[in-house]
Amino acid sequence: MTPGTAPAPAPVAAPVDGTPIRRGRLSTRAGGLLLTVLVLVLVCGLSLAVGARSLELGSVWGLLWHDDGSEAAYIVRDLRFPRTVVGLMVGVALGLAGALMQALTRNPLADPGLLGVEIGASTAVVAAISFFGITSAGGYVWFALIGAGVASVAVYLLGSTGRSATPERMVLAGAAISAVLGAFVAGTLLLDARAFDRFRFWAIGSLTGRDLTIVEQVGPFILVGVIVAFALTGPLNALALGDDTGRALGARVGATRLTGAIAVALLCGAATAAAGPIGFVGLTVPHVARMITGPDHRWVLPYTVVLAPVLVVGADVVGRVLVRPGELEVGIVMAFVGAPVFIALCRRRRIAQL
Amino acid sequence: MTVTKPPPAPALLTGRVLRSRSGRLSVRAHPRSLVVGGVLVVVVLVVAVLMLVTGDYPATVGEVVRTVFGDGPPGLELIVNRFRMPRILVGIAVGVALGVSGAIFQSLSRNPLGSPDIIGFTTGSATGALLVILVFRDTMSGTAGGAIAGGVVTSLVVYMLAFKRGVSGFRLILIGIGVSAMLASVNAFLLSRATLRDAQNAQLWLVGSLNARGWQHVVPVWTAIAALLPIAVVLGKRMMMLEMGDEAAAARGVPVERSRLALLLTAVGLTAVATAAAGPVGFVALAAPQVARRLTGSTGAGLLPAALTGAALLTAADLAGQRLIAPTQLPVGLTTGAIGGLYLAVLLGREWRKGRS
Repeated sequence: MTPGTAPAPAPVAAPVDGTPIRRGRLSTRAGGLLLTVLVLVLVCGLSLAVGARSLELGSVWGLLWHDDGSEAAYIVRDLRFPRTVVGLMVGVALGLAGALMQALTRNPLADPGLLGVEIGASTAVVAAISFFGITSAGGYVWFALIGAGVASVAVYLLGSTGRSATPERMVLAGAAISAVLGAFVAGTLLLDARAFDRFRFWAIGSLTGRDLTIVEQVGPFILVGVIVAFALTGPLNALALGDDTGRALGARVGATRLTGAIAVALLCGAATAAAGPIGFVGLTVPHVARMITGPDHRWVLPYTVVLAPVLVVGADVVGRVLVRPGELEVGIVMAFVGAPVFIALCRRRRIAQL
Repeated sequence: MTVTKPPPAPALLTGRVLRSRSGRLSVRAHPRSLVVGGVLVVVVLVVAVLMLVTGDYPATVGEVVRTVFGDGPPGLELIVNRFRMPRILVGIAVGVALGVSGAIFQSLSRNPLGSPDIIGFTTGSATGALLVILVFRDTMSGTAGGAIAGGVVTSLVVYMLAFKRGVSGFRLILIGIGVSAMLASVNAFLLSRATLRDAQNAQLWLVGSLNARGWQHVVPVWTAIAALLPIAVVLGKRMMMLEMGDEAAAARGVPVERSRLALLLTAVGLTAVATAAAGPVGFVALAAPQVARRLTGSTGAGLLPAALTGAALLTAADLAGQRLIAPTQLPVGLTTGAIGGLYLAVLLGREWRKGRS
């Protein structure tokens, strides 16, 4: 090994059986997870209390359970509660989708958008605006969901057919279809100024103006996606050792990839439908989780599930505080809050490779 | 029999070796790569001729040839020599530059998704250009300058942030992701806060286009290519060594960090040239090396096949953009995505069928 290069790039073996790499890590990891859960609860409380009109945490708690008809009750119950819930859902969904996608393709550059999910949703939303004249965030939801579904099926068919779906083929198929759909989106936007004007606000990614009907619409998809994702932790750990080793350990490679791809499409499609394309979470939070836990997916997934909504909801709160009484969209704040932390972590810590 | 057979060459080095009689000069020829290269050159030439003869002012091939040599009908003179010719030349140069830089980035990062994006160049140049267009409200030439400055500064920042007793490919990728994400959100913010008209102009530039390119663009682009391409080809040998892993390359006498930095700088320079000439044309850097690899059937990303594939892809996409829904002219950055994406999809599909039979 050349002095100075990253330590140990050799395939990092995740423990497939139950033995942790080092004894004593278990309690540390569990404690850390508990701590991040507490942070998440705190962030959600702040999200209910902070904004153009700040409220006290204590009164927020009361208002959440008893609608006393005041303006404060309206703000908490009808404005801030729904967007906090949407932020939580979107964070969980995008973070998990990212962790799954990176594990399935064993590619650190893989983000949940890679299966064509995000660009499929964008294509459908552009079509909805430009050809059907739909203008509300609630109206986009079904278009985005269907677009995400169709595009991800196309990518999966192209990338995975044949004798075996190698990760590289999946990645390339995603890139190819994303490029074609991206050209369609860009072309439509160039020719239709009105659609461009609406689309540029959807494309930032925002939690503003979301109500609980969106939660009802996309919630079930996300729930199914989460359950499927957690059911896959064992096979994913086996696949991390390579397809052949994974097969030898009893993982069904093809079935795992297909189920994983379905879960990614459900999670990411639903999240994109609810909040627009938000890129940063799915790409980076799994890397942070791996830095904390190492490559074992039984720990990576839970940490991702807690850390990702901390980032999304937290960024939403920061966006409300920064330019009060105006707001910065969550997608923008997130990259600005998250990226420096992410870069610092990459520099400081030993990076757990995929 | 005392002559032992040489061991079979490793898969990395296919083809046969031609030697001069004394054995001092030798060159490794890969017959299929040569054929593919020849075909790609022909494709570029055919597309160029098509672009010269079609348009609002159609002409025959004979007329065009005479015009190029300064003996054509007077009206055609202006159109062919002033408008169509420089556009084609700029297009070829941009394609070559993007193809080579994509091949270098994919080899360095050992990742099929590697492209100038991973070091933040593309998003950085977009930020630079957006600032010039939206904040300083400057013209096209200023935009190109802003784009180059943005891209180069971002790449350097990413490299320096990733540097910690040497640069590991993995850390470079991760830090590139972080910086790109930050700049992408700056870009979205700038676009959403500008007036619709400004935002549309900026969006047009962000797609990448070859409209209205003249000789003043041709000369600098080709000068830069003439300087950078030989460097890339010379460094290409070290690049193959680096692909075997840092330790293996160091054991074979390759200075790892210096070679990597030189390759990165060359690739960033090529991307900067292309961006200045045509804006951030997407997907060519990603697709050209992949397509070239599949066409030549070789294992690594050959630089020259990638260059020729890039040129063919870009010129064909430009022709399609001009003719597809004429008289509306689609910018080339849009058709590269559509055509390159479809072609890559077809190639992947073909591979699949071969794998089955």
